[in-house]
Amino acid sequence: MYAKIFSLFLFILLLPVAAQAAPPIAHWQTANGARVYFIETKQLPMVDVQVAFDAGSARDGDKPGVALLTSSLLTDGAQTADGELNADQIAERFADRGAQFGAGADREMATVSLRSLTDPVLLQPAVDTMAAVLARPTFPQSGFERERKRMLIGLQAQEQSPGDVADKTFFAALYGNHPYATQPLGNTENLNELTRADVATHHARYYVARNAVIAIVGALSRQQAEALAEAVVGKLPEGEPPAPLPKVDNPEAARVVALVRPSAQTHVLMGIPGMTRDDPDYFPLLVGNHILGGSGLVSRLSDEVREKRGLSYSVYSYFQPMRVRGPFTLGLQTQNGKTVQALQVLRETLQRFVASGPTEQELDDAKRNITGGFALRIDSNAKLVDYLGVIGFYKLPLDFLDTYPARVENVTLEQIKDAFKRRVNPEQMITVIVGGGADHFTGEKS
Amino acid sequence: MLKRLLLVILLCAPWAAGAEQAVSDASASAPAVALKSNPLVHEYKLDNGLKLVVKEDHRAPVVVSQVWYKVGSSYEPTGVTGISHVLEHMMFKGTAKLKPNEFSRIVAANGGKENAFTGRDYTAYYQQLEKSRLAVSFELEADRMRNLTLPNEEFLKEVQVVMEERRLRTEDDPQALTYEHFNGVAFLSSPYRQPVIGWMDDLENLRIEDLQQWYKTWYAPNNATVVVVGDVDPDDVLKLAQKYFGALKPSEIIPPKPRREIEQRGMRRLTVKAPAELPYLLMGYQAPVLTSVPADNAWEPYALEVLAGVLSGGDSARLAKHLVREAQIAAGAGAGYSLYARLPDLFMVEGTPAQGHSVTELEQALRAQIKRLQDEPVSDAELKRIKAQVVAGEIYERDSMFAQAMQIGMLETVGLDWRLIDTYVERIGAVTAAQVQQVARKYLTDDRLTLAVLDPLPIDPGKKPRAPGDALGGHNVR
Repeated sequence: MYAKIFSLFLFILLLPVAAQAAPPIAHWQTANGARVYFIETKQLPMVDVQVAFDAGSARDGDKPGVALLTSSLLTDGAQTADGELNADQIAERFADRGAQFGAGADREMATVSLRSLTDPVLLQPAVDTMAAVLARPTFPQSGFERERKRMLIGLQAQEQSPGDVADKTFFAALYGNHPYATQPLGNTENLNELTRADVATHHARYYVARNAVIAIVGALSRQQAEALAEAVVGKLPEGEPPAPLPKVDNPEAARVVALVRPSAQTHVLMGIPGMTRDDPDYFPLLVGNHILGGSGLVSRLSDEVREKRGLSYSVYSYFQPMRVRGPFTLGLQTQNGKTVQALQVLRETLQRFVASGPTEQELDDAKRNITGGFALRIDSNAKLVDYLGVIGFYKLPLDFLDTYPARVENVTLEQIKDAFKRRVNPEQMITVIVGGGADHFTGEKS
Repeated sequence: MLKRLLLVILLCAPWAAGAEQAVSDASASAPAVALKSNPLVHEYKLDNGLKLVVKEDHRAPVVVSQVWYKVGSSYEPTGVTGISHVLEHMMFKGTAKLKPNEFSRIVAANGGKENAFTGRDYTAYYQQLEKSRLAVSFELEADRMRNLTLPNEEFLKEVQVVMEERRLRTEDDPQALTYEHFNGVAFLSSPYRQPVIGWMDDLENLRIEDLQQWYKTWYAPNNATVVVVGDVDPDDVLKLAQKYFGALKPSEIIPPKPRREIEQRGMRRLTVKAPAELPYLLMGYQAPVLTSVPADNAWEPYALEVLAGVLSGGDSARLAKHLVREAQIAAGAGAGYSLYARLPDLFMVEGTPAQGHSVTELEQALRAQIKRLQDEPVSDAELKRIKAQVVAGEIYERDSMFAQAMQIGMLETVGLDWRLIDTYVERIGAVTAAQVQQVARKYLTDDRLTLAVLDPLPIDPGKKPRAPGDALGGHNVR
């Protein structure tokens, strides 16, 4: 009954996808040393601007939470040539012109972004406001107190989500004393000790031109983009980039951390430190993981855990490439009573993959999926500006997008097997179990 | 990462006016303005009743293809809630020609991304592909529109997956749980009271025969709209559609019973106790949507959209400004309304109290904001700001082919004309401050209100339970 295959599918599979060139990237530096990356897209009268600083929670030092607090306070007050703006005025300056402004911080970077129409009457005031917010924030005491309290509420909200608890616990267990161990929200104790001065200090140190990367995508000429970049970051002091983050060591031994929660499901996360953005094993690990757990419903993990056994709605694995080694994570959630079984399937699937690698067929399918769908990765300004931000922040080569399909295509079975054997030791995994099914594991050491 | 997402439509849409207009049919709600055609959009109807809408977007060599069926949780009789969504999962489990999951493998091997989603009024499937692969999508979708096999052994596993999805999205999320209970009280006779994912007990008692019947009832070309947006030639797309969908037989489709919501007689309150750290407040006012208002009142849903923007259109809006920043009563607050639904719906307001403030104080502050909207017209500056955001938002949305296709598919499927999309900016532009005040007075009244409070139970099993009503009283959050 299933033997027949549509002839068309075979036919289509034989056709190569037309080579899709990525749009050209222009790159320069502002007068004060910020690195700028620009792609001109003409079709829509809009522009996206993203400024990223190496100023995420990995730079919190002994003040966990300060990076995120700084980022969320940028729009609370700023000094401009015409006087001081308060939070209301800043918000209105963007909204009155239909501009969208955002600021945030993750472990790695603090980012501010602006989306605006390109009509200069709308764009210029939005850009001026963005520049003031970046260079001359006032950090009013009242705003400081309010945002700190909101972060404390955020910490409470995490506690009522088993998935969030698992994530936070996983990073802490995986990274020990490394700066990646703490989360952007910090923790209650440290938040209570932070002062407004800590925020100002963080801003002064890290929101500087030589620590900034600007990505611009939209209907601007090169000349207009240059002027925009100068306007956005021109008022920042030159400063200097921070020292490199310490390197990441693998955990000494496998560990299980189990937290019992009154939930219907148990969340399982398993992993070890993975790879860097400029990792020599980047493509073998990327393509290999695509097969293991990175390709949705057709991955091995999905097949074993979801399709064959109905154990989880979402099951996946991924490498999160960062400045220094970001995590390699496998995850699932299952009803409490199935936790032991699901974890066993997860472990066995990983062990089998590391021991034997993928099949030739799996590798071909993965390559076809990644390269055949490459055009989808760069089909909007929003996606392009994200890629530009990554290329800039991690100093990837400007032809990163152009060479991407070929580098995927060149990955071999042997490279994947070799890279996984060296980089992913199933006997070294950190496993975090949170939920009603965690009681089976409290006390388990390995 | 998450497959087959379920659109829960958290903060959205409206409901039926009072008795005087609650009888209007979806079909009777044609807007008074003549609808112009967007030259880049092409509409076709095949002989078997399948509707095809193609929108050209030549910015990148890609295409998104979506198939929308007029069926969702609001079509479901009691006892089989969640069946539309379970069937959506089963659509990946094989046809006469394809093994279970082979559909996904073929899409993947063609470089495609795919998924599906179920809402109250629709079930939709999509693929995003390099433009030369559109035929892959059509061939596969046409096949599973009529030839699904629904093997019982696959169903038994997949319904377990759906139960896991329910645990993930609802059971272990105290705010989602509150929303589910809230809907059961805010709607009495309307099927919008039913959760899209279904009650757990109904999922446990679902049988393959139920799914076979559901598939037979709703999956036919004359109950579907195919939407294609991308770097395509509309004539070529039509030819492809005729080739793959043209031969499919239509069914007799019997529209669902109206199941109109009865008139609300006074405010309703409920408490949901669940393990949680933070209290939470949800308020919903019965409000009309485009499909439910008579032509003379077609401006009302647009005025409600503006009203939602005044309250929660970003950091400059009233809830962020007054409740979060000034009074610091809310850690977060929002309002939501969507004018595109099949049935009358709710105007929603929600929030989390800030540290040191109770849910009661938050409720008073939110209702004071509602009262202000009734007592005084919104300022020119606020009105202008909302309109500027809508004008810009219309351009921004064109950056996403997927979002453009979503709009067309959703409007068609809830019983509206996709050409309405192109009048949106104009309609919002025409809303006056007096109209905003008028809809606030007419619809945001106590008698139309349902109010739910999440009362947190301790998460840490070692901790003592809170005193009853703690979260409702004037006590601190913690």
